[in-house]
Amino acid sequence: MSHDMSDDKLPADTAEGHGEVAAADNPFADPGLPAHEVRRTDIDERAAKRAERHVSLLFIVSMLATVGFIASYVSIDPDKIVYIFPLGHISAMNFALGMTLGVALFCIGAGAVHWARTLMSDVEHPAERHPIEADDEVRADVIEQFKTGAGESGFGRRKMIRNTLIGSMALVPLSGVMLLRDLGPLPEKSLDSTAWSEATPAMPIQLINMNTNEPMKAEDIGIGSLTFAMPGPSALRPNGLQESDEDFQQQIAKDALMLIRIQPEDIKDAQSAALGFEGVLAYSKICTHVGCPISLYEQQTHHALCPCHQSTFDLSDGARVIFGPAGHPLPQLKISTDSLGYLVATGDFSHPVGPSFWERSE
Amino acid sequence: MSSASTSGKQAAPASTRAKPANKAEAAADYLDGRLGIYSLAKANLRKIFPDHWSFMLGEICLYTFIIIILTGVYLTLFFKPSMGEVIYNGSYAPLNGIRVSEAYASTLDISFEVRGGLLIRQIHHWAAIVFVAAMFVHMMRVFFTGAFRKPREINWVFGFLLLFLGFFDGFLGYSLPDDLLSGTGIRFMEGAILAVPLVGTYISFFLFGGQFPGTDIVPRFFTIHVLLIPGIMLGLLVAHLILVFYHKHTQWAGPGKTEKNVVGMPLMPVYMAKAGGFFFLVFGIIAAMSAIASVNPVWAYGPYRPDQVSTDAQPDWYMGFAEGLIRVMPGWEIRAWGHTLNLGVFIPLMLFPLVLAAIAAYPFIEGWITGDKREHHILDRPRNAPVRTGLGAAWISLYLVLLTGGGNDLLATHFHLSLNDITYFVRAGSFIVPVVVFFITKRWCLGLQRRDKEKVLHGRETGVIKRLPHGEFVEVHAQLPQDKLHTLTAHEQYEPLELPAEVDENGVARKVGLITKTRAKISEGMFGEGNQIPKPTAEEHKEITSGHGHH
Ligand code: FES
Repeated sequence: MSHDMSDDKLPADTAEGHGEVAAADNPFADPGLPAHEVRRTDIDERAAKRAERHVSLLFIVSMLATVGFIASYVSIDPDKIVYIFPLGHISAMNFALGMTLGVALFCIGAGAVHWARTLMSDVEHPAERHPIEADDEVRADVIEQFKTGAGESGFGRRKMIRNTLIGSMALVPLSGVMLLRDLGPLPEKSLDSTAWSEATPAMPIQLINMNTNEPMKAEDIGIGSLTFAMPGPSALRPNGLQESDEDFQQQIAKDALMLIRIQPEDIKDAQSAALGFEGVLAYSKICTHVGCPISLYEQQTHHALCPCHQSTFDLSDGARVIFGPAGHPLPQLKISTDSLGYLVATGDFSHPVGPSFWERSE
Repeated sequence: MSSASTSGKQAAPASTRAKPANKAEAAADYLDGRLGIYSLAKANLRKIFPDHWSFMLGEICLYTFIIIILTGVYLTLFFKPSMGEVIYNGSYAPLNGIRVSEAYASTLDISFEVRGGLLIRQIHHWAAIVFVAAMFVHMMRVFFTGAFRKPREINWVFGFLLLFLGFFDGFLGYSLPDDLLSGTGIRFMEGAILAVPLVGTYISFFLFGGQFPGTDIVPRFFTIHVLLIPGIMLGLLVAHLILVFYHKHTQWAGPGKTEKNVVGMPLMPVYMAKAGGFFFLVFGIIAAMSAIASVNPVWAYGPYRPDQVSTDAQPDWYMGFAEGLIRVMPGWEIRAWGHTLNLGVFIPLMLFPLVLAAIAAYPFIEGWITGDKREHHILDRPRNAPVRTGLGAAWISLYLVLLTGGGNDLLATHFHLSLNDITYFVRAGSFIVPVVVFFITKRWCLGLQRRDKEKVLHGRETGVIKRLPHGEFVEVHAQLPQDKLHTLTAHEQYEPLELPAEVDENGVARKVGLITKTRAKISEGMFGEGNQIPKPTAEEHKEITSGHGHH
């Protein structure tokens, strides 16, 4: 298809440019390699000697720097911090080792390059290129040989062997894929629920303040402040979530709560207000975009901002997304108080926590 | 020597070769008898390498890769790729008594306990940054000069794969210390994987060995980071270099330089000394950089906890454009039939490799448009390929726009701009800026072409003002010498393709496919009138120079 259109539109092989013999009447003809221009060091023995001394000096500096490296390694206290302008406070050992190593290496390089540039011959030579493509004879010969080999194998003739071979080769990598199966458990429903799902109105779970590790009351939360909480004791976890628990990281990646308190009349979403308790609202701390923990709260507007990609949620309006790449609101936890007045959760989040996934139904 | 040919007589043990003159020759003879080194060296010892500063960009890539491997091996001697938890108790006082993973604790030990460990860590990280940056610039050099054309298309693809793998290995390495910043990056990765329709959750669970974050991720990433990807990269790198060697280097047009030769200095000694020396220069500079500029101070971030985040959560710069994509994308989500399709994350996830792959495919696209099947060893000056240069510049501008998006929070706080405005700008800019840049670059190239033509025909401005007898002032122009004239006119010019006539010579209507038509259109856009300046001909030059006195 391409042949009919193109060949005559290629630039002609520019004979004028690439002939060795420049046509006398063509001002653009290739004049050939320019004559070699001598350098100072090629003709002036004193200049050459000077260059030689410079190269050696660089190599000597390198040797000294290596000695300096070893000396720094054995003599500097690794904990020592020094002030060096304009770098500020930095590790003395790191600075000394890095600088001496840097100088030792750099001077070898600089010496070698200087040597090459001043003292080694700088005469340019042309070398011929040969086309990458084989000539027609070789091509025909190889194709012939291949055909002979293919014919002797009977690959083309014995269709049944060929087809079953292709089939078996296509299937055998599946074993490798299967072997990957035990890399992890199946997701099942585990992304849908959190540790809060054990809570029921009859057996609620206390909200534990993340900083003090204490249960809290509604009045502990100041209006306009952001408090972080995690699950307290439950039937399955009598001590509540502990940092020493083996699955702490995994739990906290889903369970972490962000508590805020808003004047009840400022809450725009009635459903959201009903899930809270006296203006205290408990939202998932995990951003619904790709799962960063949300940490910035603006008390005037009740906006929470995720620092990773700046999704912004209006916490007074059911944590609706008002800016940024998140696709749905933050899940909210239904809370109330127990007999002692401590804040508790009575069920799981309104919908799955964190980034969305294919099986997520809501 | 077989006994049959010497009919039973004991053959003399000596070879016909002359006695070696010294120990070194004897050693070389010994090796030649086993490895055949003389035949190998015959073609290569004085192999010619052309010289141009931009050819060292590839060398920087090679050398930083070697530095990364050397320092990486050192780090594996001390790093513990485990997520088992320990209470940190070491010389970094602020974190004493804190529960951290062994990976994090051993990273702190490397930084504070092992003498020189911090330096090696910094060299490793700095070299990785320079490696990726050098690959980028090296690739641009190859792109803008057309060095990727036949016979080098495959090597372009190898280079592209090295860049792509370099990105990922950088990301994985960044994730190993298990600090707050790296953990945030992995969380991002989990969210991105979950956005894949149908299999996302499964991939995520198999990758993390269960729910995020689990305890498998660091050891798994470690193996991939130090073994799997570097292994593949090493193979690609060797193949890349073998091809460079085999194709021989490209060169710029100039007197005595043709498509059929390569002009430069021999491997031994000049190139050996320069290239070998350059390795030490690169290593030395990176070592000094690591002594003074700290990168990734993981102790300042603290250990990873999924409910915490540091506010300056930023990936390494080369991931910045992926970050930009994810930040400026609107939060589109489709919910139907009990499933969620998270387009807001999935589209950027797909665009990321596509934007890169467009560059990988370019040599084949251009080859198809020109239909040129000849070998090319003379480089194009970027101005002489305005459309290609424009496309390259547009691509870079898209990258920069997205990088702006990736750093929107930093820009907002540093320049007191509205974060939302930056995001809206990036959304629109991703579509508009590359187009604008394309047209500006193309015009610019054409302007430069025009200037070249001017120079060839009228000579160069000398700065000498002459007053003509009738009072007019003119600047004296000096004729260019022949080598300059040749260099400026050596480039090739394609002609746009023409569609075959609607009817063939027998009057039968010809079917011209849509693809053929598109190809002709693109070709017109690249080489048609107004898209390149016809280069001056010898006749034009003669006419002008032989006429009235040139000025
Ligand atoms: S994770 Fe919160 S905006 Fe992306």
